[in-house]
Amino acid sequence: MMNNNLQVGPDGKLRHLLSTEGLSAEMIRRILDTADQFVSVSERDVKKVPLLRGRSVFNVFFEGSTRTRTTFEIAAKRLSADVINLNVAVSSTSKGESLLDTVYNLQAMDADMFVVRHSQSGAPHLIARHVKPGVAVINAGDGRHAHPTQGLLDMYTIRHYKKDFRALTVAIVGDVLHSRVARSDIHGLTTLGVPEVRVVGPRTLVPGDLRAMGVRVCHDMAEGMKGADVIIMLRLQNERMSGAMLPSAGEFAKTFGLTPDKLALAKPDAIVMHPGPINRGVEIDSSVADGRASVILPQVTFGIAVRMAVMSIIAGNEA
Amino acid sequence: MPEPLPDPEQLVRSMADAMRGHIGADAGMVGIYTGGAWVAERLHRMLGLSTPLGHLAVTLHRDDFARIGLHRETRRSHIPFTVEDREIVLVDDILHTGRTIRAALNELFDFGRPKAVRLAVMAERGSRELPIAPDYLGAMIEVRPDEDLLLSNENGRLRLAMVTRP
Repeated sequence: MMNNNLQVGPDGKLRHLLSTEGLSAEMIRRILDTADQFVSVSERDVKKVPLLRGRSVFNVFFEGSTRTRTTFEIAAKRLSADVINLNVAVSSTSKGESLLDTVYNLQAMDADMFVVRHSQSGAPHLIARHVKPGVAVINAGDGRHAHPTQGLLDMYTIRHYKKDFRALTVAIVGDVLHSRVARSDIHGLTTLGVPEVRVVGPRTLVPGDLRAMGVRVCHDMAEGMKGADVIIMLRLQNERMSGAMLPSAGEFAKTFGLTPDKLALAKPDAIVMHPGPINRGVEIDSSVADGRASVILPQVTFGIAVRMAVMSIIAGNEA
Repeated sequence: MPEPLPDPEQLVRSMADAMRGHIGADAGMVGIYTGGAWVAERLHRMLGLSTPLGHLAVTLHRDDFARIGLHRETRRSHIPFTVEDREIVLVDDILHTGRTIRAALNELFDFGRPKAVRLAVMAERGSRELPIAPDYLGAMIEVRPDEDLLLSNENGRLRLAMVTRP
């Protein structure tokens, strides 16, 4: 269990964002309400506000991810921050510098906020423990542990389309075992009072001990889809899969890939989400990804607003 | 015994009288949340403006962010007409330091470049800190440093009150 108390100060204010675990329903609602404001900013002639003027946001990606880094970069720029992108995976660490030495060096360049992605679970926590007071850390994905801004943008998307969390059935389908998105979603959904969260997939990728997180475990796709209001498809993470956890991607697609006939088992107004990038024909059929129920692209747009909300709330609390 | 506070509904009526004939037929009116929006709704109706009423939330341009952080605001700015090249009437309830108006102007300009901006406020309480003055004013009301002037909306009727600062 990682110490997420680090992210909320003794005054109850958000100092870092490390995980959706440990965030109160009230805090999550505040972030979503603030994101609402920023969605409207993105619709204007001038898509920029001055809240982070004069502050420096360092995107430090120890693990590659063009899309997430780009959305953080756009979010910071729309808040008028100076943004510095560092692809550390191919620079200092390859020369043998330690994680904290890299951070101390960047801190000496007057960073106000670090957006960190790392393949090791807990790396952002370690950094948050060692930065100077007033310097904030936002977790942009660490190992299998958490991807809190993705979790929050999923909450935003669900609230946008479904309004009330307290009557929903949400199915999270696929490679739950390796998914930090799934973990962040589960914490967010249960905190916001979703009565039924299902995790759906083969035994190798959806272990039974997930029940401890307060979810229903389904190894049968039809059971998982039945009556669902929201379906969150996860990417089959080929690059994380060590050994033979699956017979083949084709086998997975046949059983757990979201096709129109499986989607038909969910509620008629169900929405389909995916954190991207999608593997067409593997976890999601093209006709579903491009279909009426799909809100995959709105998720990307909302993601910028949610990241703006997190950054501006944290930056304001450092005042 | 201090003078009784004026009736806001009466102040709004006198503002509308002063504005009539001076505001262009296609002018756009925007009210600043919360009190300014109440005043603007009344002025908009009394003047019979053809463009729909707009609303501004100024949270994202406030200059106290670095001191007290982000205000919680669930309402968004919504301007249902083009700002570009239009005469805009910006409406607020009480003018104090002028900082809210400065933030509102920044917010407004994010929607386009207006031809002109007129400022209408229901009451001015003194101690401005910026070179911002109203074009249309309901009343000047003196407020002691330990007091605040507040506008409330009780069942659709506006009321002014003087309250001691906590």
